[in-house]
Amino acid sequence: MKHTLVARVMDQPGVLNRVASLFRRRAFNIESLTVGHTETPEVSRMTIVVDTARVAATVVAASLRKLIPVAEVVDVTHLPTVDRDLALIRVRTTPQQRGEIASLCDIFRARIVDVAAESVIVEITGDEKKVDGLVELLRPRGILEMVRTGKVAMVRGNLAEVKADAPEAVPAA
Amino acid sequence: MQRTGAQIVWESLVKEGVTTVFGYPGGAILPTYDAMLDYPVHHVLVRHEQGAAHMADGYARASGKVGVAIATSGPGATNLTTGIATAMLDSSPTVFITGQVSSKVLGSDAFQETDVTGITLPITKHNSLVTDVRHIARTMREAFVIARSGRPGPVLVDITKDAQQAKTDFVYPETVHLPGLHEPEPPDAASLARAAELIEKAERPLILAGAGVIRSGSSQALIEFAEKAQVPVALTLLGIGGFPQSHPLCLGMMGMHGEAFVNSAIQRADLLLAFGMRFDDRVTGNLKTYALHAKKIHVEIDASEIGKNVKVDVALVSDLLAALKALGPIVPKKRHDAWLGEIQAGRDETRSRDIIHKESDGQLLAPHVMHDLWKTTGGGSVIVTDVGQHQMWEAQYYKHDEPRTLITSGGLGTMGFALPAAIGAKFARPDAEVWVVAGDGGFQMTQCELATLQQEKLDIKIAVINNGFLGMVRQWQEFFHDKRYAATPMLSPDYVKLAGAYDIPAHRVRSRGDVAPVVQQARETKGPVLIEFQVEKEEAVYPMVPAGSDLHAMIRRPSEENAEVRS
Repeated sequence: MKHTLVARVMDQPGVLNRVASLFRRRAFNIESLTVGHTETPEVSRMTIVVDTARVAATVVAASLRKLIPVAEVVDVTHLPTVDRDLALIRVRTTPQQRGEIASLCDIFRARIVDVAAESVIVEITGDEKKVDGLVELLRPRGILEMVRTGKVAMVRGNLAEVKADAPEAVPAA
Repeated sequence: MQRTGAQIVWESLVKEGVTTVFGYPGGAILPTYDAMLDYPVHHVLVRHEQGAAHMADGYARASGKVGVAIATSGPGATNLTTGIATAMLDSSPTVFITGQVSSKVLGSDAFQETDVTGITLPITKHNSLVTDVRHIARTMREAFVIARSGRPGPVLVDITKDAQQAKTDFVYPETVHLPGLHEPEPPDAASLARAAELIEKAERPLILAGAGVIRSGSSQALIEFAEKAQVPVALTLLGIGGFPQSHPLCLGMMGMHGEAFVNSAIQRADLLLAFGMRFDDRVTGNLKTYALHAKKIHVEIDASEIGKNVKVDVALVSDLLAALKALGPIVPKKRHDAWLGEIQAGRDETRSRDIIHKESDGQLLAPHVMHDLWKTTGGGSVIVTDVGQHQMWEAQYYKHDEPRTLITSGGLGTMGFALPAAIGAKFARPDAEVWVVAGDGGFQMTQCELATLQQEKLDIKIAVINNGFLGMVRQWQEFFHDKRYAATPMLSPDYVKLAGAYDIPAHRVRSRGDVAPVVQQARETKGPVLIEFQVEKEEAVYPMVPAGSDLHAMIRRPSEENAEVRS
């Protein structure tokens, strides 16, 4: 199963290296990892999707929590969240086919952000399933290049409630 | 007041109460060594930085205080790494300070430059590279706080040469801002209640006591708990000393070379109380068949150990002493006479097969050396062992009653540990009788520290158990590789002459009858003494759970030897 962990980490040199090193040496399997700034200047936020077939999510979260620059880890897998993944997709297209791509994009609330003679770049934001859906539709037309950011997640509702409801990263049993 | 970074290092060490450091100078740490002369900290010059790391570790294990080692950049730092990893695996509170090339040339493959924080990242609890003199005091303070907190461990501070030379105002921070440092929380009430309920219901309970008992200072609390609920106690290698082996409820060591009746008790228990231990593979054997009949309560300060190897029914993530204090009053007074009787029957059977009762046929057996060393020293010494067969025999036959009296490399199994770790232990406990117990293989790895021992005029007794083999590897070759002794027969120097070269009195013992008198003579000699025990070459440590095998499937001592057994 896949678990989504949100970690608040101190914005220091080498933090990503520490997290990556932990996952490597413990043989935890990362599906995706994103890192970015937060509302607090000294704190960065990582969203880590981890495959827990071999190791329990509680062990992964507790191991992360042991890293000194990691301030907090919450497993948001079973919480209501807003999940977003962003993809840029370069699709082969002739000028005649552009309209078709554009209408597909409309359905997915995606946008064409660059147009060239034989291709366009499509930008899509959404949860991973939605992005997967568009990718599958575009694939037969010829995806020349693609990049996805990986998932970022935020728990829905008021912040205070979120904190109160969030399960301990490490349950007692 | 303005201070150089180098002075701030020493100011910080003094503030932390450090009185002894172990190290080796070199170019990138030279400013710090220059400043050292003005501070009341004793520096022990080692002969190899690995020795400095083990000394700091041995100091920490013997005292519970933070051990400190210092080295220069590049090879100085890389030589520390075996010792750092040793401290990491056994959760030893240590701080390592390394010099680094000047910040202006960092990353340019400068002379003696190595990415030390990169290399030590997976073998430290935390590490930091300091390039700015203004950050030294804070980083030193953080290093000590981190090394001591929660599950202790090694912390490395790498300081560039220019940061050591630059000046700034020295202010030692009282508090640290480490949002990621999670101090242990009190044990959770609901889990405590569930634990008490399981203990109440159990008919065949067993305590598995690990290093956490010693680290948390829980020995007395454990005795009270075990007595009240009448629960027998099995020890991990690093748990030895945490519960007195002379106590009637003490079963001794569990695991790969634990006694068969101890492992059998684990497999038949209906409740395991794992206190400050981590279900290491050397303790559990095959996880699929491990203690299948037992509910498990895991009291452990490190949450990431919960469920890592063994699924447990109740987890108490807390300091062990806090947990025992909370559990003590709510645990019922119980008797488990039937269960204890069953265990005793197994113990009697084990005793009847024990090599310790075997008549000597002229050959000296290492287990006999350990037994006689125990008897002669009255069990009160601090024994620092190396790694291998002698280590297991020590664990089996030297009965420790006090915490911090066995110092040994468990998790990493680092050969060469004993002599330098004993030097560290002697500085931590100058009044204790300290013995090195090492095999001929491990001793030769770090025997250069004999010079350190003499330069420091330390009174340490050394027992080299010489069987002319890398004995434990030879044993595995005997059992699992058709006695093909690849690279295990080993030549030793003449240890008596070797000791003589360092002006250390030495003796050679070849027969059982000489063991006790020579040990006693060494004890009565002021200053260091080395004794070489020339023991039977191809003796094996029994019993043995082959790696990955079921805990109850032990290789026992061959029965033809039992014919000679006296009960």
